[in-house]
Amino acid sequence: MTALVPALRRLPIYRLRGSNNEGVLILSIIVLSVIVGIVAPSFWRLSTLLNISSSSLENLVFAMGVLMVIISGGIDVSFMAIGIFAGYGVIVLTNHTGFGASSAWTSFAIAAGLGLGLGTLNAAAIAGLRLPTLIVTLGTQGIIRGAMLAYVGSKVIPDYPPGLDKLSTNYLVTATQGASSTRLSVLVIPAILICAVMSVLLRYTTLGRGIYAIGGDAESARRAGFPVFGIQVFIYLFAGLLAGVAGMMHVTQVRLANPYELVGGELDVIAAVVLGGASIFGGKGSVSGTVLGVVLISLIKNSLILLGVPGTWQRATVGLLLLIGVSAQALTASARRRNLDAMPETPA
Amino acid sequence: MVAREPLLVASGVSKRFGGVAALDHVTLEVRPGEVHCIVGENGSGKSTLIKVISGVETPDTGTITMDGTSLSRLSPRQAISLGIEVIFQDFSLFPNLTAAENIAMATYVAGGRRIVRPGSLRRLAAEVVRRIGVRLDLDSRVEDLSVADRQLTAICRALARDARVIFMDEPTTALTWREVQALFRVVESLKETGTALVFVSHKLDEVLRVSDRITVLRNGVVTVTGDVADFDRGSIIQAMTGRALTETSPASSIREREAPLLEVRQLGLRGSFHDVSFTVRPGEVVGVTGLLGSGRTEIAEALFGITPAHHGTVHVDGRPVRIRSVRDAIAAGIGYVPGDRLTQGVFLDQAISRNIIAGSLDRLLGRLNLIRRKQARETVEEAASELNIRMSSADDPVRSLSGGNQQRVVLGKWLARNPHILILNSPTVGVDVGSKHEILEMLRAKGREGLGVIVISDDVPELVAVCHRVLVVRRGRITDELVGDRLTEEVILRELAA
Repeated sequence: MTALVPALRRLPIYRLRGSNNEGVLILSIIVLSVIVGIVAPSFWRLSTLLNISSSSLENLVFAMGVLMVIISGGIDVSFMAIGIFAGYGVIVLTNHTGFGASSAWTSFAIAAGLGLGLGTLNAAAIAGLRLPTLIVTLGTQGIIRGAMLAYVGSKVIPDYPPGLDKLSTNYLVTATQGASSTRLSVLVIPAILICAVMSVLLRYTTLGRGIYAIGGDAESARRAGFPVFGIQVFIYLFAGLLAGVAGMMHVTQVRLANPYELVGGELDVIAAVVLGGASIFGGKGSVSGTVLGVVLISLIKNSLILLGVPGTWQRATVGLLLLIGVSAQALTASARRRNLDAMPETPA
Repeated sequence: MVAREPLLVASGVSKRFGGVAALDHVTLEVRPGEVHCIVGENGSGKSTLIKVISGVETPDTGTITMDGTSLSRLSPRQAISLGIEVIFQDFSLFPNLTAAENIAMATYVAGGRRIVRPGSLRRLAAEVVRRIGVRLDLDSRVEDLSVADRQLTAICRALARDARVIFMDEPTTALTWREVQALFRVVESLKETGTALVFVSHKLDEVLRVSDRITVLRNGVVTVTGDVADFDRGSIIQAMTGRALTETSPASSIREREAPLLEVRQLGLRGSFHDVSFTVRPGEVVGVTGLLGSGRTEIAEALFGITPAHHGTVHVDGRPVRIRSVRDAIAAGIGYVPGDRLTQGVFLDQAISRNIIAGSLDRLLGRLNLIRRKQARETVEEAASELNIRMSSADDPVRSLSGGNQQRVVLGKWLARNPHILILNSPTVGVDVGSKHEILEMLRAKGREGLGVIVISDDVPELVAVCHRVLVVRRGRITDELVGDRLTEEVILRELAA
């Protein structure tokens, strides 16, 4: 048994695993695609790819914010509430006042601003008062959603301002299959850009490494001179901003502003980030892993529909995947510890 | 060594906490390129002195002079920019980042740089590592490094920030003997570069070996300071405690004819140890020594049911027992004081009294399975007086006690159960000389009462002082048994180094 582990490590597959499980994810995606493709040949169509991409893109942007929070050792369950508040709020605001109605850019800027503003709630409680992140964001989720339904509106709105209306039908690719057609929104471009920015931020900036440092050991980060308070404020403000943008993307794509949407869908995003290798204990995670995690979750949900599995089982499946991801992390952590204990004396 | 101008001078430093003077006009001089040891019992003011010099605590009076700059108060950042670095016992590293990042990141932050180039970061780290001539895997995450390598990482980080004086709090506590030797070689090469090192240590042998000068603190006052040549073990102990203590005292006689209290035959755990057989007689103190990873801790944990053995038999008092869980071990009369007192042995934030009775609740139950308060209080009082735990109230949290007193609480917890066999893993790590003496004395006393004691340790003087026999474990096997004439510090050191 003990001899098996080092032997396994030399196998190419093991090396493929990558630092954040990227290899395992790619392999899972391929295997799953082949299996579903055999069972349901309709899987092999451009429309499937476009479907998965469309359903991934807003979650991708949400996931970037969540990734940052999880790396810093926290957890966020308020991002969907922020997202729908911002997206729905912009529609209501623009329909009421007419401000920025002709420009989707303005709408997105307002949504980003709303997200940033709502992020200050989290930042104040977490960085300022040093409260536990799960409880704080659970609280702000309730506050934000409740306030939206009470003060912003609770009706489904089909009328969009012209700027957003135009954007919502601006497709990059269209696949037509008989009478039905599947499309991919241009919004995929900003989603990819956001991932690229996050990747650079996390890897090549002192701020980004500071986020990892806080996740590794906040007290040590303080002693090493990292401005821990400032970094935490940044994390929750920026996560709020990204949630606002993602919420606007969602509202734009569905072309029907429904305030009851998104909240409750946190599970998909958190599961994707965790499956993507981000450690729930903080300090680890990557953009590439998260992207693959989002794609995998989206693929699984799509496949379940194709295979005719009832929709109610989707949630259970994603929940199960989240537990698998967390268990895998816990197991590798304890295996690592055992290996270290059995390590021979360091040669002098 | 040529006497040079001191690099760092703390003069007339006083600090009071409430009504207690933690430091009373303390003066400390550190010269470039010297190793200076601060010794003192727990509560003598060593930690407070380090905190004042590193800017964590503000002194009530006194000045800190570094390289000609005098300051009456300084912030942690100022201290670092002056070249004063403290390596705490927990190293303050980031387990999830690589050694290179740990070494170089703080420099980036201090320099206000916003962009991190992995290549130049690694070069900076590699340059520091080369400067002190050690081998360190810079691309490993720190969580994958051994304790010794983590310490090297912390030292390199200090050097990357141009440290001139490095304070190290108990630097050898978590290291094996061989790692300590490697650390001392690093210390030698640091001295050559003019970096001064200040050690806080309990281990007098190391203090005498490695330091150039020694400062002894007692109750917040410097009792003596001077060149190492002017000291020996006895004079240091006297200066620390104000009384003369003999560190070694003859072990009690064993009742040879009595049947073994514990008999272990052919014990084995796959991947950890094999064919481990030994006995412990009533009143006997048996030492188990070996390097980290040799299997010494695993044997103890198997006997206590934490990771039960796969093979072999265990007899307690002549009766065979199967130990498959901690409950089984406790039921068989085995107690275990783990090595990591802080995480495994004690509930830090709970009251001292609760900690003491935590292991013996079943004995204190009365009607309706409720705890009999009076008897519980008596148990606590008995333990506190027997173990000489210095506390203001049994309701205070254990956290408020010093290291030596915390260890006594853990011992008290087990002694309250009246075990037949007590296994202690590194019982005096992080404990000052005075407390250590009392703990060892108590173990001997317990031995005289007929308790069987197993001490797992690589503290050689301690093993020699307290054990009747010492078993040497190497690569999971007992390779030697030292008794009588062979039970000396030299033999054990040779066995460990082999």
